[in-house]
Amino acid sequence: MSDSPAPPDESPAQSRALELYDTMTRIRQFEITAERLQATGRIETSLHLSIGQEAVAAGVCYPMRTTDLITSTHRGHGHCLAKGGQLAPMMGELFAKAGGYCGGKSGSMHIADPRSGILGANAIVGGGIPIALGAALAIQQQQRDDVAAVFFGEGAAAEGVLHESLNLASLWRLPILFVCENNGFAEMTPVSVHLAATNVADFAAAHKVPATTIDGNDVLEVLAAAEAAIDRARAGEGPSLLECRTYRWRGHYQGDPEVYRTKAEVEEWTKRDPLLALRSRYPQLSTHFDELDTKAGVDIELAVQEASSWADPLPTAVLENVYAQPLGAK
Amino acid sequence: MKILKYWQAINLALREEMERDSAVVVFGEDVGLPGGPFGATRGLLDTFGAGRVRDTPISEAAITGMALGSAMSGLRPVVEIMFMDFITLAMDQLVNQAAKTAYMSNGAYQAPMVVRTLAGMHLKSGPQHSQAFESWIASVPGLKIVWPSTPADARGLLKAAIRDHDPVVVVESASLYTSRGEVETEEDGVVPLGVAAVRRTGDAATLVSWGGAMPRALAAADILAEQNIAVAVIDLRTLSPLDHATVRESVASTGRLVVLQDAPAPCSVGSELIAYAAQHSFADLTVPPLLICPPFAPIPSTPSLQPSYYPTADDVAARIKDLVVAPGARGTEG
Repeated sequence: MSDSPAPPDESPAQSRALELYDTMTRIRQFEITAERLQATGRIETSLHLSIGQEAVAAGVCYPMRTTDLITSTHRGHGHCLAKGGQLAPMMGELFAKAGGYCGGKSGSMHIADPRSGILGANAIVGGGIPIALGAALAIQQQQRDDVAAVFFGEGAAAEGVLHESLNLASLWRLPILFVCENNGFAEMTPVSVHLAATNVADFAAAHKVPATTIDGNDVLEVLAAAEAAIDRARAGEGPSLLECRTYRWRGHYQGDPEVYRTKAEVEEWTKRDPLLALRSRYPQLSTHFDELDTKAGVDIELAVQEASSWADPLPTAVLENVYAQPLGAK
Repeated sequence: MKILKYWQAINLALREEMERDSAVVVFGEDVGLPGGPFGATRGLLDTFGAGRVRDTPISEAAITGMALGSAMSGLRPVVEIMFMDFITLAMDQLVNQAAKTAYMSNGAYQAPMVVRTLAGMHLKSGPQHSQAFESWIASVPGLKIVWPSTPADARGLLKAAIRDHDPVVVVESASLYTSRGEVETEEDGVVPLGVAAVRRTGDAATLVSWGGAMPRALAAADILAEQNIAVAVIDLRTLSPLDHATVRESVASTGRLVVLQDAPAPCSVGSELIAYAAQHSFADLTVPPLLICPPFAPIPSTPSLQPSYYPTADDVAARIKDLVVAPGARGTEG
């Protein structure tokens, strides 16, 4: 494929669309690659893939700075990539290599990167919610205009700590976005069985937190809602909740027999592919989107090769960093 | 040097650390305007303002997680869990999150946070307001836990905890809150974590205790001293990381280990001390180690049942005397 020059006078909207698409295709291909590598045994840890949910990560993180802080979920590769996580150390963590983000010791569900403002993905449903609250407290205390954001699924909406945190964020006007990825399933249980409320956004109203429910597969809608919420937080107006309706194409975990939904339902949702949706909004950029797909594929393959070459952690790594300050250290 | 009450020493430590480091913030239930349920945070709101001293709703999980997230982001939070019984509501954030922050991030993040909590023997408040869960915390890699028994140590250990880069649970004894002691207020007075204090020297036995049981340990040693039985008394001060070396050194010279604790036995810190001695002091022990503790039951609120639950100084003295004078022989009164 030959390199097409960018159209003259590429509008800011078009540039933005390309950047958003770039993020989404990287997430998509990273997940597909991880899926393939796990199937062939090269990744041995459990994976919770976010294929189909790319628009939420891309749209929410697009307006964020490096100094803004996020916590993520067990299904967090997309959030981490969108926030600035680098491909090789992420892949390296999945390969359990010493050069992975967490020294290979934590795996897919705990990726963390201070340089990108990623406090950490989290294996405990709802575990990252009050941690993000604390980040927002620090931001407020330090009189910064940064923001904190926490991603969580609608499964976490049943955890008490979400409600504690909405209450506190509202009381103290903390600069935090609560981003709910409502993908219809808490592990293997559909929403209709585990939530009495119609919308997760309804919970926010009780705590006087502004909230909105949007199409989480429309990255431009996600972006608009995120920008509004982030601007509000930066201006000292407190928290917001974004409920993003989306769908995960793969099972809860890789290997999930998915007895709880039909193939027809999955296929119906794949037609609402967030990447295709963005493409259809900018048909004139089709060639550019293709180039971004290709480049992402190349970059991910390079990351796989690089991470594959890294060493495993040494046996002594088991006892490293149990404490930040071991006894006797200053 | 001043004579301060235990709670005043805590208050002083908080005040000093908040002056020393603007990143130190205090939050919890009733800590601000009310000054804390028992006075430990009195006056801090007036001095440091509502940004740094905050009253929270009753949300132990959220406030503990908030302490963690803020500690990872540049603050030094001191969060209060009013009674250690309520720490159960904060356990995910303490155990799954804070304890593992440095490990899971491979050192990229730290969690320099302090959880202050009240435990043990609170005015016959019963089963859900009296428990001591130090063994739970001490069994989690990545957490540290201290339990001062004197005002000087209350000040010094809290300072050390606030300056530490890891999550530290600081247990305070309800029963000691109004006890008095000397505090060298003109000195920094920080007490390092992981170092036990030898409160008495002696050659007849090594009596190890901590926290609210310490006064009874010392009283038992006094009772025995009058009978010319000199018992060494060690105050652990830090329960994790535990200063096994100081205990081992004392047992090497006395040959007898006795542990007094206010928590029941199974899977306790006392059990850990006994197990350690069995492994590392086996050749030094002349009698089996002895764990003196409450029965394996919830704590009754009944005033008249308190001596049936908590070992008294007389109990402890009698049992140590049995050990020293007639090993293996049964005492007449336990």
